[in-house]
Amino acid sequence: MQDSHAHPQLGFWRKYVFSTDHKVIGLQYLITAMSMAIVGGILSLLMRLQLAWPAELWPSLERLMPVAFEGGPMKPEFYISLVTMHGTIMVFFLFTAVLTGGFRNFLIPLQIGARDMAFPFLNALSYWVFLLSCIVIFSALFVTGGAPYGGWTAYAPLSALTAIGSNQDVGMTLWLAAIALFTASGLMGGLNYITTILTMRTKGLSMMRLPLTQWSLLITAILGLLAFPVLLAAAILLVFDRTGGTSFFVPAGVIMNYQELSYSGGHPLLWQHLFWFFGHPEVYIVILPAMGMASDILSAFCRKPIFSYRMMVYSMVAIAALSFVVWGHHMFVSGMSPFLGSVFTLTTLLIAVPSAIKTFNWLGTVWGARIRFTSAGLFAIGFVSLFVSGGLSGIFLGTSAADIELQDTYFVVAHFHLVMAIAPLFAAFGGLYYWFPKMFGRFMNETLGKIHFWLSFIGVYAVFFPMHVLGIGGQMRRIYDPTSYNFLVEQQPVNVFITIAAFVLGATQLIFLANFFVSIFAGKRATENNPWKATTLEWQTPCPTGHGNFGPELPTVHRWAFDYSVPGAPDDFVPQTAPAVVAAKH
Amino acid sequence: MADGKGPGRMTLNGLVFGVLMAVLIIVSLWLFIGRPYWFPDLASVHGADIDSVFMAVLVVTGVAFVVVQGLLGFFAARYGAQGGERAAYWHDNPKAEAFLLIVTAVILTVLVFMGQRVWASIYFTDAPADALEVRVTAEQFQWSFHYPGPDGVFGRTDNKLITATNNIGLDREGDPAAKDDIFSLNVMHLPANRPVKVRLRSKDVIHSFFLPHHRVKQDAVPGMAIQIWFTPNRPGQYELACAELCGLGHYRMKATLVVDPSQEEYNKWLQETAAQQ
Repeated sequence: MQDSHAHPQLGFWRKYVFSTDHKVIGLQYLITAMSMAIVGGILSLLMRLQLAWPAELWPSLERLMPVAFEGGPMKPEFYISLVTMHGTIMVFFLFTAVLTGGFRNFLIPLQIGARDMAFPFLNALSYWVFLLSCIVIFSALFVTGGAPYGGWTAYAPLSALTAIGSNQDVGMTLWLAAIALFTASGLMGGLNYITTILTMRTKGLSMMRLPLTQWSLLITAILGLLAFPVLLAAAILLVFDRTGGTSFFVPAGVIMNYQELSYSGGHPLLWQHLFWFFGHPEVYIVILPAMGMASDILSAFCRKPIFSYRMMVYSMVAIAALSFVVWGHHMFVSGMSPFLGSVFTLTTLLIAVPSAIKTFNWLGTVWGARIRFTSAGLFAIGFVSLFVSGGLSGIFLGTSAADIELQDTYFVVAHFHLVMAIAPLFAAFGGLYYWFPKMFGRFMNETLGKIHFWLSFIGVYAVFFPMHVLGIGGQMRRIYDPTSYNFLVEQQPVNVFITIAAFVLGATQLIFLANFFVSIFAGKRATENNPWKATTLEWQTPCPTGHGNFGPELPTVHRWAFDYSVPGAPDDFVPQTAPAVVAAKH
Repeated sequence: MADGKGPGRMTLNGLVFGVLMAVLIIVSLWLFIGRPYWFPDLASVHGADIDSVFMAVLVVTGVAFVVVQGLLGFFAARYGAQGGERAAYWHDNPKAEAFLLIVTAVILTVLVFMGQRVWASIYFTDAPADALEVRVTAEQFQWSFHYPGPDGVFGRTDNKLITATNNIGLDREGDPAAKDDIFSLNVMHLPANRPVKVRLRSKDVIHSFFLPHHRVKQDAVPGMAIQIWFTPNRPGQYELACAELCGLGHYRMKATLVVDPSQEEYNKWLQETAAQQ
């Protein structure tokens, strides 16, 4: 991969489909994940429909989905399979894929001054296995018996007993197959990313000169390598329980239809420990790249260096390390020893410290800035606000005593959507608007981008903020009909409000999709390499960047990634490649 | 202004963002101080402690929320730019960072200890000796309540004896202690102001014993017998919900908890229920 000029001209299939170019693979990940997001989004709107008007008949939907809406109303098993598939698709096939497949592939070689990944073939293989996993999970929606309904957490024994319902038979098997494939794909990518960042940085690019995006991607890859195998192992054990007659997660004495099943010696909490040992780092696998990208974009559009780069790096490392010792906060009322509950409360509130530091540093970055309110810049600022809103509610849930009343309610739903779905979504939108010219050689439309931002920003708050209130009122998660409980009837207007807001928010995303796909072919052309006047290496390459990324010479780095508004410098930014003449000391 | 000192420009985008942050703060204050919707009315002794922990966290996070969102909105409104203006060039302040780090750590440590005091009072202290005991069995999609009867001894249960009518497999024939046991489906009675030990089991998948008014939530896990205790202190009728996804009937897996105003009325219910069995 060191010989850019020796790259032969490739035909259409090798160039755009079976490509080993990291940029093409990155875009393949992005577009596949965007398709999955459309599916996951539609599922969530169906859920909202049911939550707002649980007794309603939907004859038009019945024509579309005769089994799910048999007789008019949505069936309860269909509702919980919506919950399950929405969660699974969004967590794995959208967020993990977009951030750790899409942006990571696209950005790593470009920002570290390399021509490609260390192992381009492995990289391509990782994408194709990912695509296969997408097809498998998508097909689970259409099998006879229905999609699985055990939740994205797939708690055993509900997920382990095939006899429990038709949804938990073929559908659940496909779910497990998809997760296993996804995990394998993630591992192939992860190895590649770590090797590439550690060994292929261009001359002068020391670790402490890396953009924060690169730090976040490196740390995330390490998290993935440590966490994904645990999920893979758990999934395989669950397959054994379902088909091989083992009892890893099913105890003795389970009774179905008045008969005792022939399991013995398993423990349901083992699944939860394994799942959350993966699941909590997974939260940071999603949020850390979002933090990194938002930091770089924020700095670029504030025209101001990121505040306290070192603390930003150290806090990401601290968050990553601590993320492996907080998983029990998902299990405070699970029957786990209450002594462990105390330990996990402590570690959980500990992890809030580096998160708070990052927030202070973003504020420090915006303070005294000269903000250019582009779509990308707005989404980065929006990210900060949403991360704060979602992060603070985590303190309630991390405090075990308060968690007793909030666990498994909409308070949790509000918390994790804001902090690990909506905030990363905003960072990803920011990233798309920002790097779009580098990807396609054109800009996305700024006016539509801003409309998209304002409506989305208001929309996500309108949808997810009131969910805290529903949770305080006691509304349980994964409930098909909240109005069947007297104590929840009074707050039903909140559910109606959220659903209306959700449909507006969903419609807003059509603006984005139209803008994205039309701009690929008809957007304003990017005529210069560095339209945003940013410092990092990818902006030294043409828009769109060609095969091999850089010219005959790889760039040499002379400074950190945040020299914006350096006093005395001719421009308000100094690229990382500029020699050290005008540099402020760093 | 080129040196980044002094106020930046007010830009339309920045102002709109600032106004939105102000709206967000006002709406949150209304939701969390005005409280158009709030917790279900409290009906247990320890629930007051849980609510007080919630309030302590609410105060701390509320202040942080208002300050951070407020500053973000203010900075966005104040530090806009139209073109090539330059920002301030500063990017480190070790003293300020150390200060914020220590303040955050201290506040969170205080919260940990406040929360753990309550956690310990709920989980690390045994129920008083006069506590009542009820055995609760969860299954798809109903709740069974088992009372020991006048002899105060729970009769033997056996999975092999489970039938459509004998939900918990109570051995009424073989075990004399089981003869006077009382069984109730989806209706639980408790006397007010008397601590109760709930021993939770599940027959099939994981369920969760959730009494929103009593601030009680505990998963029922097959293969485990989990005991919790609490003291209901307000007579009335309450809903018991399942809070852990347990299958297609999860949403309708509910029961009624009746807290009787006196021990006498509670005993009366026990006798009436026993008479029907």
